[in-house]
Amino acid sequence: MTIAHDLMVLAPELILAIGSMAALMIGAFAGDGASRLISYLMALLMFLAGCLVLTGEPATAFHGAFTVDAFTRFAKILVLGSSALCIIMAQAFFETEKQVRFEMPVLIGLSTIGMLLMVSASSFLALYLGMELQSLALYVLAAFNRDSLKSTEAGLKYFVLGALSSGMLLYGISLIYGFTGSTDFVAIAGIIQSSGVSIGLIFGLVFLIAGLAFKISAVPFHMWAPDVYEGAPTPITAFFTTAAKVAALALTIRAIMIPFSGAFQQWQQIIVVVSVLSMALGAVAAIGQNNIKRLMAYSSIGHMGYALLGLAAGSAEGVKGMLIYMAFYAITNIGTFICIQAMRRDGEAVETISDLAGLARSRPGFAFALAVFMWSLAGLPPLAGIIAKWYVFLAAMHAGLAIPAVLGVLASCVGAYYYLRIAKIMYFDEPAKAFDKGFGGRGLGVIVTLSAVFTVGLIVVPWLLLSPAAVAAEAILH
Amino acid sequence: MSHLLSIITFLPLFGVAAILFTRGSEGTHATTARWVALIVTLVDAALTIFMWTRFDGANSAYQFVEQAEWFGAGTGITYHLGVDGISMLFVVLTGLLMPFTILASWDSVKTRVPEYMIAFLLLETLMLGVFTALDLFLFYVFFEGGLIPMFLIIGIWGGKRRVYASFKFFLYTLLGSLFMLLAMLWMYFTTGTTDIPTITATAHFPVWAQYFLWFAFFASFAVKMPMWPVHTWLPDAHVEAPTAGSVILAAILLKMGGYGFLRFSLPMFATASHDLAPFVFVLSIMAIIYTSLVALAQEDMKKLIAYSSVAHMGFVTMGIFTLNQQGVEGGIFQMLSHGVVSGALFLCVGVIYDRMHTREISAYGGLVNRMPVYAACLMVFTLANIGLPGTGGFVGEFLTMLGAFHVQTWVAIFAATGVILSAAYMLYMYWRVIFGELVKPALMGIKDLSLREAALLAPLVVATLIMGVYPKFVFDITSASVAHLLQQHRTALAYDALGPKAHTAQSANVRNASGALVAPAMQAEIMGAFPHGKISKIGFSGAAP
Repeated sequence: MTIAHDLMVLAPELILAIGSMAALMIGAFAGDGASRLISYLMALLMFLAGCLVLTGEPATAFHGAFTVDAFTRFAKILVLGSSALCIIMAQAFFETEKQVRFEMPVLIGLSTIGMLLMVSASSFLALYLGMELQSLALYVLAAFNRDSLKSTEAGLKYFVLGALSSGMLLYGISLIYGFTGSTDFVAIAGIIQSSGVSIGLIFGLVFLIAGLAFKISAVPFHMWAPDVYEGAPTPITAFFTTAAKVAALALTIRAIMIPFSGAFQQWQQIIVVVSVLSMALGAVAAIGQNNIKRLMAYSSIGHMGYALLGLAAGSAEGVKGMLIYMAFYAITNIGTFICIQAMRRDGEAVETISDLAGLARSRPGFAFALAVFMWSLAGLPPLAGIIAKWYVFLAAMHAGLAIPAVLGVLASCVGAYYYLRIAKIMYFDEPAKAFDKGFGGRGLGVIVTLSAVFTVGLIVVPWLLLSPAAVAAEAILH
Repeated sequence: MSHLLSIITFLPLFGVAAILFTRGSEGTHATTARWVALIVTLVDAALTIFMWTRFDGANSAYQFVEQAEWFGAGTGITYHLGVDGISMLFVVLTGLLMPFTILASWDSVKTRVPEYMIAFLLLETLMLGVFTALDLFLFYVFFEGGLIPMFLIIGIWGGKRRVYASFKFFLYTLLGSLFMLLAMLWMYFTTGTTDIPTITATAHFPVWAQYFLWFAFFASFAVKMPMWPVHTWLPDAHVEAPTAGSVILAAILLKMGGYGFLRFSLPMFATASHDLAPFVFVLSIMAIIYTSLVALAQEDMKKLIAYSSVAHMGFVTMGIFTLNQQGVEGGIFQMLSHGVVSGALFLCVGVIYDRMHTREISAYGGLVNRMPVYAACLMVFTLANIGLPGTGGFVGEFLTMLGAFHVQTWVAIFAATGVILSAAYMLYMYWRVIFGELVKPALMGIKDLSLREAALLAPLVVATLIMGVYPKFVFDITSASVAHLLQQHRTALAYDALGPKAHTAQSANVRNASGALVAPAMQAEIMGAFPHGKISKIGFSGAAP
């Protein structure tokens, strides 16, 4: 394998990396005034990178540390799509807040490169590199609104706890390396196949899962999420819950399913417990929330639980379910967060649920879109959420996980309550003062519409999402 | 007209689009919305009647079948619609009742009219879909999708405690349906398909699994029916819903549970249905007697009718689980007649509610002096609800009790007390509202039915009486399909009763691990063992004449 070949495989990441550097230079010389140009440039670059990802052939590079296949294609398109939309959202947001700084699109770009590396990583070192690149950019982004106490608190909290989780992850990786002598996913799988699972390896596995669970904010490593999601600027929160979640979940699938296929019995138990606890906590804890971003944080914890149920099945069907779930979740969340971002009254952002009162009368389209997203997250047919839930629960039932599935169903019934509450406030309550016009920036209304069309229309053409997800899932389990 | 069913099912969505894309001041938009909704529902009603005339009642197979790719090749989930004698009349009932609900809300709904009409049209599509879907997933989508518009209808246009009622309605039904979803998933991966006719014809679930599946479906349908003791959402929802919402709820949404038992529980989980029939009987009897007594004590007219609905649904479940021709046909007839009668009763309550804005029985009295036509109409429906011979209510109750008599005398005896109790509470209400001296000053100026209201109630009076004196037009449609359904049920029962032998043979023919497919040869053998479907040794309901 020549270096030229390796670089060709890495082309989308390289384009984005070089582009980010160039953007940084432009910013450094032109100042914050060029921020809008840089934002659109980065979004365009992500679009180009997406095109390259689509045309990429399955390959490995750097001695198997970096893989490109149908699975990475699916996840990368999702990551790049959400990142590009988040940049557009963030540009509009900071312009209204009059806090435009050119670093924002660059940081999102760098973080996205980290995510792409995470998705493609097929050795633990590559995994760690990608994850740190992503996280470091995210810490800064969380504290981007540096005049706000909440935002700086979010950044600091995220940084300290993120460092802790990285430490755990690294400790787990070193144990795994110590007991198998390799960091390569495929090589580890072979070693486990031939010499079995030792106690030390299980310890390593547990630390690894703890570190990963932190990144996807699954119970019991979820405690940072509500504070960070509430404190971070809204488009950045959207970025956390979409692109970052997709990348972390894709990474979790690959880093657990491939090297530890021989230790399925061992990790399945952990994943089942994490999944059930996340679903339960997400459902119960969100009920009492009045801040909509905080509510979405708990909702996100719950949804990670559902997605992990697919992983717990340990089958191609489960991976397919997870991928569908990730796609549905990312697209729905982008729409939801644009709606949250558009919650502005007299130029001030408002975030409590009661501010939505009577929205159906002052802004019927807005209210309908947000209600559709909420019902979809609650898993009500005929919206997109039911298709995603159908496939993860299908995989779980098929794998004999009937009890977790029943618990999941109970949690989703409890969770339906708070999604319904938002619909109730918008539709049943007396109108409060109307929100400011528009969705807070050019193009955002279009994105919300597209997101809503996807949510409503997926049931008509489900194969549009199902077929690529099935192909991607097959790639993981050859 | 190969797409007739799709057209009927999805036509209301065009009405929704039409309302969405018209603009105007609030008043004109409301008027347009009303007319669009009325025209669309009338056209849909005409189409269902047209389909009825083309339906061949002697043929027990699915008719007007449509099938198309949906989730992609090889997934086993397809877009599959069709009607047989069991679902046909529910489609007609839905189609015919919708214009009434639109007309009933013509003047009484004043706020947010376009949204109201959109919600009703959406609901119509989803309800029609439930009765026409021949795919488990499609069925689930329609079945559960109906929750959202109904939630909005109760919550936006409902009474004082509308928020409480809408949440209770929603969460209750959602919880039940989610268990059904899990059962559907299990059926999907054991059979590899969600096609209802295929599963009914070829899948034989192991007996232990049948119990789980039966209870999962039961959780959903029992809440929807609703059966005692999970009926408590219904009185709340009925009381708070606007008149048209109550009509829809009582006349159509409640029927989905009974329809589900017929479509899924009986043919697919034959042994479980057979073994658990006594359990259903107990719940049905409890519903009939207990809720009738509760109805006797009600002060609110809508609540009284709601409890009477629960009691009448008790007759339906009892009839269905007698598992014989009379009982099942009686159950279907009871659902149809209850659909007409309870819908009409809610419309009647709506008539005086629109005038006096109260549903308290004690607020009325002596209405016959001012509203003779209204009193006559209400009398017809009251007597029909009691089950007086000559009205639609009688045929269903009589047949279900006849069916129950074949199975277990005590069940029929207890059920018969329900008829007496229903006479008590209905007549007591009628007496207090209609008869006596007109002493309340507020009632002095009350007006009799307007032309619109009379036009609404007259067809329902006619329908009630026709169903009472000439029920054959219903049985012409249902008989063959019910006989076929019971035949399927008995075949499946016999298959399960063969026990170990069948299951060893089955394992040779399985398609995948849990095995649910059986080779045609095997079926032939079973049919040979029971040439005329007579299985008196196994089934207490077998050998129906």
